[in-house]
Parts: sequence; structure tokens; C-alpha cells
Amino acid sequence: MIPRTKFLIGGVLILGAASYLMASAIRSTGVYYLTPQELAGRVAADPSFVGTGVKVGARVVPGSIAREPGGREVSFQVSDGARTFPVIYRGVIPDTFTDSADVIVDGRMGPDGTFRATTLLAKCASRYESAPDKYRTTPGYQRPAAVAARHV
Amino acid sequence: MILLGELSLWIALLLAAWACLVSFTGGALGRSDLIASGERAVYATWGFVVVASLGLWTALLQHDFTLRYVASYTSANLPRLYTLSAFWAGQAGSMLFWSLILTTYSAIAVWSNRHRNRVLMPYVSGTLAAVTLFFLATICFGDSPFERLPYDVIDGNGMNPQLQNPGMAFHPPNLYLGYVATTVPFAFAIAALITRRLDAEWLAAVRRWALVSWFFLTVGITLGMWWAYVELGWGGYWAWDPVENASLLPWLTGTAFLHSIMIQEKRGMLRKWNVVLVVSTFLLAILGTFITRSGIISSVHSFAQSPVGIWFGALLVTAVAVTAYLVVTRLHNLEAKAELESMLSREAAFLYNNVLLVGIAFSVMWGTLFPILSEAVRGTKITVGPPFFNAVNVPLGLLLLALTGIGPLIAWRRASVSNLRRQFAVPVFSAVSVGALLLVLGMREWHALIAYTLAGFVSGTILQEFYKGVGARMRMHGENPIVALVRLIGRNRRRYGGYIVHAGVVMLFCAFAGLAFKREFDVTLATGQAFTAADPYGHQWRFVSDGISRFDALNRQVTAVTLKPWRDGRAMPLIESEKRQHVDSRGQPTFEPSTAVGIFERASQDVYVVFTGQTGPDTAELRITFNPLVWWVWYGGMVMAIGGLIVMWPASDRTRAQSGYAAVMRPATRPIPARVSDSW
Repeated sequence: MIPRTKFLIGGVLILGAASYLMASAIRSTGVYYLTPQELAGRVAADPSFVGTGVKVGARVVPGSIAREPGGREVSFQVSDGARTFPVIYRGVIPDTFTDSADVIVDGRMGPDGTFRATTLLAKCASRYESAPDKYRTTPGYQRPAAVAARHV
Repeated sequence: MILLGELSLWIALLLAAWACLVSFTGGALGRSDLIASGERAVYATWGFVVVASLGLWTALLQHDFTLRYVASYTSANLPRLYTLSAFWAGQAGSMLFWSLILTTYSAIAVWSNRHRNRVLMPYVSGTLAAVTLFFLATICFGDSPFERLPYDVIDGNGMNPQLQNPGMAFHPPNLYLGYVATTVPFAFAIAALITRRLDAEWLAAVRRWALVSWFFLTVGITLGMWWAYVELGWGGYWAWDPVENASLLPWLTGTAFLHSIMIQEKRGMLRKWNVVLVVSTFLLAILGTFITRSGIISSVHSFAQSPVGIWFGALLVTAVAVTAYLVVTRLHNLEAKAELESMLSREAAFLYNNVLLVGIAFSVMWGTLFPILSEAVRGTKITVGPPFFNAVNVPLGLLLLALTGIGPLIAWRRASVSNLRRQFAVPVFSAVSVGALLLVLGMREWHALIAYTLAGFVSGTILQEFYKGVGARMRMHGENPIVALVRLIGRNRRRYGGYIVHAGVVMLFCAFAGLAFKREFDVTLATGQAFTAADPYGHQWRFVSDGISRFDALNRQVTAVTLKPWRDGRAMPLIESEKRQHVDSRGQPTFEPSTAVGIFERASQDVYVVFTGQTGPDTAELRITFNPLVWWVWYGGMVMAIGGLIVMWPASDRTRAQSGYAAVMRPATRPIPARVSDSW
């Protein structure tokens, strides 16, 4: 057998093994990424979907956050405008987790309709981009002297 | 100055269009006057982009809040360093920064080739100008940092606290320097394809640029990991987030190219493959930017959705179409000049190295794009996370580590059995002893065990190579060991610089394997209360809360918790973690609170303390993590960067010797000196 063929066999073996690893890893660790409405639709279509690990991207309903005093548990509601459901999360709460934050929760829907999250990622809407509306010159919010001097 | 900057941007746009137009037509018609005009336009574009950049920096330093960009990312009380780094903190500014680097590189590439590669150069300048034109157009027509606010403000938003970190001031510029440097090899590849001059000439011209790109990407990625570790507070440095993956992809294909280029130089093989690698490295850099800017994949640290995303999508499609056409129509010019002679050859080891690096790149890309792919094919978004990337990349990475040790031991073309026995004895012995020692010490995590055994193998290879080289010099030149070592590296920078890079890789793998032994504890401590835990090495740690304090710092209100640690009864330095509420220049709170991690750093492990919340006036919630060997990630990255610097440092003509295929293709100016160490 010429070396080129041998090399190709080796290469195919490596790539085949890598593809097999990828396929099996996706099957065993892939997670649905759904909106609250899609999740509700799936549960309605197939009740056994309750208990499947999913990721849900939604927005925190303002005023719904309740932190358990002295503990690490927080309950809140998320919504995509169409569906709203309660979430219970236990763990380290990110700094950016506030009212109206966009969150991604990882976990499973319980039979009681409450989503139990194991991870909570929060993305602040104003994180990198926003126009400074709040510093519009309005009475009572005076221009700091140092800055004002340069603009006169 | 600001108006001048905005004006310069438009002039630069016109100049780039001109440079692109006349360079390509000049090259096609063979008109030297047009070619010369194109090159002058490349220099002029650079000059005007520099003026535009100085304009933005002036606006930032003067706190000119009439500009939307300045008002969005800075405030009057922002420290000077971050006011300067705000240049690349936002979308529009980072595009200008990208253009600044690209035009600087273009000017350097054109200048350094003014007497060389003259047939290629018109197309090189043309391609570089075309990419520059694209970036300037996205700024001028898409998102400009010189856009004015329709209303008056008294202060800016300030910079996101998480970006107010030295790591974040230096990580993006390095990453951009690396990303943008992939454009020059791409331009040479396009020029070589158009002119059908696909021999060693264009490769020699791009090798250093590929190294520059690799060097900055390495530094940038390391700094990014460091930033994520010290700033984000989740206890790790790599989360397989789409944005992180985007920076890894061009690094992987760039690394593959730096190895396969040697095969083409030595043996004239892999000519098609090298073109494909150079082009894909550039395309992956653009893809990475597209992913980051377009918001098509949700990532925790992506820029907000912006119109620029579509522009990048268009650039990507155009570049893929053009290069695919060029490669396909030139396939017959890319036939290999030699065949693989034996599986027991360095060529074969390098080929497998390429298969693995590209395989890893492909799996990372697949995992990153999987949500989009699954939505397109099956209608539902399926995401994959760290378990997917680890399942695929741990085995591939370990194979790659093994090849790092095997490659340098095998001879080019065909290795004999006696050669193999002689070369492998020491590294194999070193691997077996490391593995056995760890097994005896009680290590049972088999992934980590394999990683450390292989690390022992590769270290054995590297040390053996240095030992042999130094020994040969000492015998032949009568030098003492230190002089011999310095000269050995100095005279063979590519070879021994490469080994130093490999040493850095070994350090990184040791650090990654250390993750298997991480220990994490969530505790609640009131002042005076203690918490006891054992670290992975078996030491007993005791942490006593010293209480919570509040104070005001430069632009923030700080709530800090202090821990007094003892290790096996011996007092250790205090560890402090902070919650920070940033304030604007009027003392009003701005942004969400952020966390500053307390880290007690040693080579053996980090003790990583995060203040996660406060439940009473003197009660703190903490997450305490023992993170073994994290230190080796930063220093491994540094060693890799130093190795890269040694490899790319320009050699004087006295020490530079052509060898192998390149020497055969191009007549050497003088006889090649027959030195033992010149085999690279």
C-alpha cells in the first residue's frame, strides 16, 4: 500500500471518530432553545415534554423578582409577551439580573407549571449600546463645572 | 480636530476606492504608472485614517459629549486609561480601530515589498484596498463614531464597569491586531491565484505575516481568558461562548498553516491546502466578527444588534465566492511537486497535526453555528454547550498534544527504525515516569492522567532537542552551556522558537487538566464566623470573615468583604472581594452593580473568592473556589508568545540560510553552510 493511501485511511479514521464524537455529543448534550410560547406549545402537544432539559430565552417581568431572605434562592416570572411563567432558581445570581433583563434560563419545566432553573444568564439590555438619554439637559440636573467650562 | 477627523474618513474612503481600482487595472494592463499611483494611494489612505483616529481620540479626551459615541461609552469621571480604550469599546469606534490597523498593515506590506514580489504587489495592494474600502464604507454609511447627538447632554453614560479592567483595555487591540493581520496573507494568496504564481515566492512573503497574526491572536486570547477569569467571577476562563470560539477559529487554522507551510517549503507538497488554509483563516476572522456584531447567535458578551452585521455577511459571501472561483480555476497550477514517501516521516506527522487542528476548528464552528443550522434544517433551535465542546475536543486535543511530542522526533521523508529507537527512548521514559508517579500519588482522573503523561512525553522531546543542540555546539565551538544555548536559539530561531511555543502548549494542557480537580464551596459567613475546607492537595484551609466594609473609590461605591485565611494553621495574606456600584460625575448610581473577585494566586492553585451577595449588615454570601494550576494558563500563554516572537524576529542575512525546497526553487546567493543545526 502506498503511503498516501495509508495516510488517507488514517485521516478518514480521525475525522470519522471526530464526527462520531460530535454526533453523539449533540445527541446527549444538545438542548432545545425555546421561547416561553414555543415551550408552552411543546408541552401542550406532548405532555411528556415536561421534565426535558431546555433553555428558555425571555425577559424578566418587572416587579416579579422575590429573593428568599438569607438564602440563594430567587423566584421570578419570565415572559416573551405571549406566555408568562414562574421560575425558581438557586445559585449565584448574576449582577446584571434585574427587572426587564433579558435572561437565558437552563432547566426543566415542572408538572406544576413552574420552571426550575439550574443556570441563570442575564444580559443587560443597555450593556454595550445606548444613547445617554438620562443626561439630557433638564432643570435640576446641572452640568458639572469641569465639563461645562469646555462647552461655553 | 474632530471635524477634520470626520472629513479625513471620507477622503480615506475615496482614496481606498481609487487604490483598489487602479491597482487591479494597473496589474491587469501592466501599467506601472497606475500601479505606482495605487501604492501611493495606499500610503495616503493610511495617513487619513490616522488623522481620523486622532480626531476620535481627541473627542474622547476632551469629553465632547456632542458625539453619540463619546456620550455612549465615556463619562467625565472615567479614568484616563479607559477614556483612551473607549476608542475600541463600542461598535463604531472598533470599526475605525480595525481600519487604522488594516491601513497600517497595508502600508507596511506595500513598503516592505517595494523592491520585491513586484508581479504580485498590484493585486496585493488592490485586495488590501478593497478590504479597507469595505471597512471605511461600513463606518461612513453604516455606523460612524463621529455621529452627533440630536440633543444636548451634560455627561456621558460612562463605560460598562466590566470593561473597566486592564485586561479589557489590552485584550481587544491584540485580538484586532491578530484578526486584521490575516488580511495580508489573504491578499497575497489572492494575488498568487490571479497571477498563477503559486510557487514558494508568495509563501515566503506571507510566513511572517501569518506569524504576526498568530502572535497577536495568542496574546489577545490569553488576555481575554484572564479578563473573564478576574472580572466575570464565574471561576473559569473559557466557557465555549460563541464570541470566544470566534477568536479561537482563526487561531486554529493559522496554527495549522504555520506547520503545513514547512512541508511546502521543504518538499513542495500541500500547495492547494496552504492556499485554502490562508484564505479560511481570513474568512474565519470575518465570520467571527460577523457572529459578534450581527447578533445572529445569542452570546453573553455580544455587541448589540447593529446594521453592521449585514455588511459583514455580505463581505463573507463575496470573499467566499471570489476565492472559490479563483481556487477552482487554478487547480491545475496547484499540483504537488512531491509525494508522501512514508508514514514514518515528519511530513506525515505534520499532516496529521493539520487534520487535527482543522478537525478541532470544524467541530468548534459546528457547535457554535449549531443553533442556526438546527433551526434552518429542523425548525427548532438546539444549543450545545461546554459538554459538547469538551466531549469532542478533549480527545482531539490530547492526540494533538501527542503529535507535538512525536513530530520533532521523526526525520523528514523517511525515518529508519534505529532512528526512531534512538529518538524516542528519552521522551517515552519521561512519559512513563510522570504517569507512574501520578498513579502512585493517587491520581485517578484518567483524562488528566493521560494529559500529564503526554505532557511528560512532550517535555522529554523538547528537553532532548535542546540538550542535543547545546551539546553539539559545545563540542564543535567549545562554548560554555549558556552561550551555546543562546546561540543555538539565535541561529535557529524557527526551530527552537517553535520548541519554546510547544513548551507553552504543554503548560496550557497541564493547566487545563487541572480543571478536573477544582473544588467549589458556597458559604454564608457573618463577621467572625469561620469556614473550613480541604483543597485538592489535601491542605486544610480555614477562612474567617473579617467583616464587611463600605467606602467610596474613584468612580464607585465599594462594599468589600475581607477573609482571613489559614492554611494548615499558618496565616495567609488577606483575601478581599468587592461589590461595586459605579456612579456618574454627580454621584448618582449608574449601571448594575459589579463584582471584583478576590484571588490568592500561587503556581499550585488559586483561591478564588466571590462576594455573591449580602444577607445582613455583617453577613456575606461567598463562593470560595480552589482552582488548581490556573497560573499556568497565563504563563503558558506568555511562553507561547515569547516563542512566537523568537520565531518571527527578523534574521540578519548572515544567519539566514535557505534550505530544502525553497533553496532548490530559488538560487541561493552563496553556498549553503553545512551546519548540523541547519536542518530546519
